[in-house]
This record gives sequence, C-alpha cells and structure tokens, in this order.
Amino acid sequence: MSELPGDLQYTKEHEWLRKEEDGSVTIGITDHAQSALGDLVYVELPEVGQEVDEGGEMAVVESVKAASDVYAPVAGTIVEVNEVLADDPERINTDPYGDGWIVRLEPSGDSDTMSPDEYQALLDELED
Amino acid sequence: MTKATPLNATHRKAGARMVDFGGWDMPLHYGSQVEEHHAVRGNAGVFDVSHMTVVDIGGTGARDFLRFLLANDIARLEQYGKAMYSCMLTPDGGVVDDLITYFLGENDYRLVVNAATRDKDIAWIDEQAGAFDVSVDERAELAMIAVQGPNARELAAGAIDEQHRAAALALQPFTAAAAGDLFVARTGYTGEDGWEIIAAGEQVADLWQRITAAGVQPCGLGARDTLRLEAGMNLYGSDMDESTSPLESGLGWTIAWEPAEREFIGRAAVEQMRLDKSRRRFCGLLLEDKGVLRNHQRIVVEGVGEGEITSGGFSPTLQRSIAMARLPAGDYQRAQVEMRGKLLDVRVVKMPFVRYGKIKVDL
Repeated sequence: MSELPGDLQYTKEHEWLRKEEDGSVTIGITDHAQSALGDLVYVELPEVGQEVDEGGEMAVVESVKAASDVYAPVAGTIVEVNEVLADDPERINTDPYGDGWIVRLEPSGDSDTMSPDEYQALLDELED
Repeated sequence: MTKATPLNATHRKAGARMVDFGGWDMPLHYGSQVEEHHAVRGNAGVFDVSHMTVVDIGGTGARDFLRFLLANDIARLEQYGKAMYSCMLTPDGGVVDDLITYFLGENDYRLVVNAATRDKDIAWIDEQAGAFDVSVDERAELAMIAVQGPNARELAAGAIDEQHRAAALALQPFTAAAAGDLFVARTGYTGEDGWEIIAAGEQVADLWQRITAAGVQPCGLGARDTLRLEAGMNLYGSDMDESTSPLESGLGWTIAWEPAEREFIGRAAVEQMRLDKSRRRFCGLLLEDKGVLRNHQRIVVEGVGEGEITSGGFSPTLQRSIAMARLPAGDYQRAQVEMRGKLLDVRVVKMPFVRYGKIKVDL
C-alpha cells in the first residue's frame, strides 16, 4: 500500500481535498477509490460556476465496472474542472493525487474531513 | 463456501484483484482490465476458466440423449473433435444454460457448461437422462484455461509437448483433440483465435506458468466480459435465462429446426414463438453520446415501445460504450437510453462489434 500524501485532507467517501493558497479547495478521489473502481472510462464533470451543497452530487466517475458519484465534501461554487479528464479519464488511475484531480471549488462552508492518519486508520479497518 | 480453482495461489501471487463469481474466488484483473483486453485483441492473453464445469456423456444412448436434451442437433457433428454451441431449453422454451458440446467418439461427448449454473445443470441433465442408456460424469478434477488472441496459439504451442504440438496447431476452428494429457480445443469466448485447454488440476499451474513465461498476458474476468461483449457473445444470466426465449436472445441460429421429427425439450414452445411477429428483437447498441451503458438501463424507442439493456459496458477497442439489448419488435435504427434521468441517443447495430481484431460496426 502506498503512502498517503501528508498535505491532503480525506473523507470517508474516499475523496481528498487540498486547500490552495487562494482559499479554494482542489478535490479528487483517493488511490484506494481508483483501485477499487478499476480502469476509469468516463468522467462527468460539473459546470464552472455551479453551486454544490455539502454531500451533494458533484461529478460521476465511471469505470469498466460501475458508475460512482463523487460527492462534494464541502459546500461551495465550482471554479475550475479538470477538462483533461474528458478525454483521459485514466489520469485518475495513474495519478489520483496529481493530474487526476477532478474539481476546484470556492468553499462557502466548513468541511468534515480526516487527517492522513485518520484516513489511513479507516483504510486499515477496510483491509481487515 | 467460496470455491477456489487450482490456480488460485498463482493469481494471488501475481497480485490479482479477486472477486466472487458464481461462488468461485476468481481474478477480476491483474492491474488493468483495459490493458488485458488490448493484449487479447493485439497479441495474446490467458484466462483461468476452471470454474466452468466439464461433463462427459457416454453410453450407447448418448447420441439420442443429446439430440433430445439440446436445441441444436449434435447429429450435425460428423467428425470426431467437432464442437457445437447450443442451449438446453425448459419445456416452456426458456434457456436452462448455454454450453459447448465436443463430439469425441462413438458414444463419447464432452459438455462444458457455466459455473454459476453447475448444480442446476447437473440435476437437469441427470433428470432428463433417466430414460436413456447414458452415463453422466462430472469431471470436477479437471481445470481449464483459455489462451486467446492473434498470437495465442503460436505462443502457447511451446507449452504442449513436442509429440502433440503439430497436431494441436493443425486443429481447425471449432474442433478439439487430445494432446497427450491435455485436451485442446480451438474455441473461445473473445472473438479472437485461440485455444481452450483442459488439463488435470495438478497440472494446470505448470501449464499456466509456461504460457505466461512465453509472453502471454494473464487476464481476469473483467477483460473476459468486455471481450465477449465486443464479440457479441451472450452471457448466461444477463442476456438470457429460464424466463427468456433463445429467439428473443439472439440465439435463434443455435436451434436446429430440421429434421422436423426430432423431438427436443422445448421444441413446441420455440416453434410457437417463431411464428410470433411481435417477439422482441435482440440487438447491439452503440452509444452516440459520452457515458457508459449498463445492464438493466431502460431503452425507449419513440412510437414503438420500450426495451432493456441486458449487457452494457465500455468497449476498449471502439473507445465507445456498447451494449446488448432486448427491444420491441419493429424496423428502426435509432433509440434512446435513460441514463441518470436523461435520455441519450443510441444506434441499433448488428453484432458483433469486433471480430478478429477488426471493428465491424460503423462508428
């Protein structure tokens, strides 16, 4: 199992968040999530400017196996989407914490996230 | 209890993601299902299909029995080694299972049936065999692998001992022969050339090792499913079952109507269905939009009616989503699929989507 990046926050839905210097938050899915989904073949992205509620559907990632909703871990407004994923959804498989990011949003509320250690503990539990 | 094939330890050692399939602990993929798919279309891949069930039928009544049990007619098999695809039907004309029959000799036939339907199939075959002088012998000790792809036979040939190699390589499509301790058949479930090889359970890990060492990619059930979908080959339990007719499942070609006097189980029911002009079509679908077609999605044909996807997925070869669907009767090429509350355009196409590495539909 690879190390979790220490500079990210995580959710129990297996998403990661990175707080950017300008106050926005970049969001993707974790290595565990991409591995469980298998090869990704399609990503449905939201529109820039779209407002999302905390826990609301924000994107859909479809793998060879199944479609899976990506929920907004924090309420806010979408300010950027990773257009590259439209043609190259497998970026999420190859680089889930980097090139495979999904959206960036301007948060309007607080998020209930986990530290890397807490998320690691959750993964360890799932392994058992 | 989950069952394991003799290759279970081999798969785990290779880092396979394992999954339960019909009660068997099987590899889904060894890293990337899509790469495994491409390996089979472009070179060669090998699958563990030991979960499938081998049943040998013998005795002086074997021929008459199989002509009664199966909707296709094994009397059409004239040469030893010839294979035939068929359905076993219920008296109501539903599909009990689909299977391959190999004609091995006078009073000697081998059936290969699906894993998930094993117990039901054996019980059904035993029940029907009562009136015939036949032996029904399940060969649970045998393992089976499928090596598939344009270079599969060439690469796997080295794993067959020298004495039998030339004969194995000389096998014509849809024929089989014993090759020493192995049973080699030029059949498969991918739309590519290749072999299915039956071996003793204790022998198969060594065979697998030699084939993969020759450069053949280990492939899991994930790639097996996308390959068979592209090849337009049905999956029992998804595309047909006891509640559906072979005539509404794209399997009419597997029913031998002649000779008219041959009585097989389900004959009266399928003959009646054959006259029914309102019976549903079974077709391929190509998604015109982005997205992925999935099993059970609703299909809407404007002004005609509704249907359902029986098998859907993403085609790595076409880079588009494809499906098999049971659709209302009628002559039309356009339909729509309901996906997350939206209606998206699909085109109705003739299958297969891919055969021998070539795309067979207009994109």
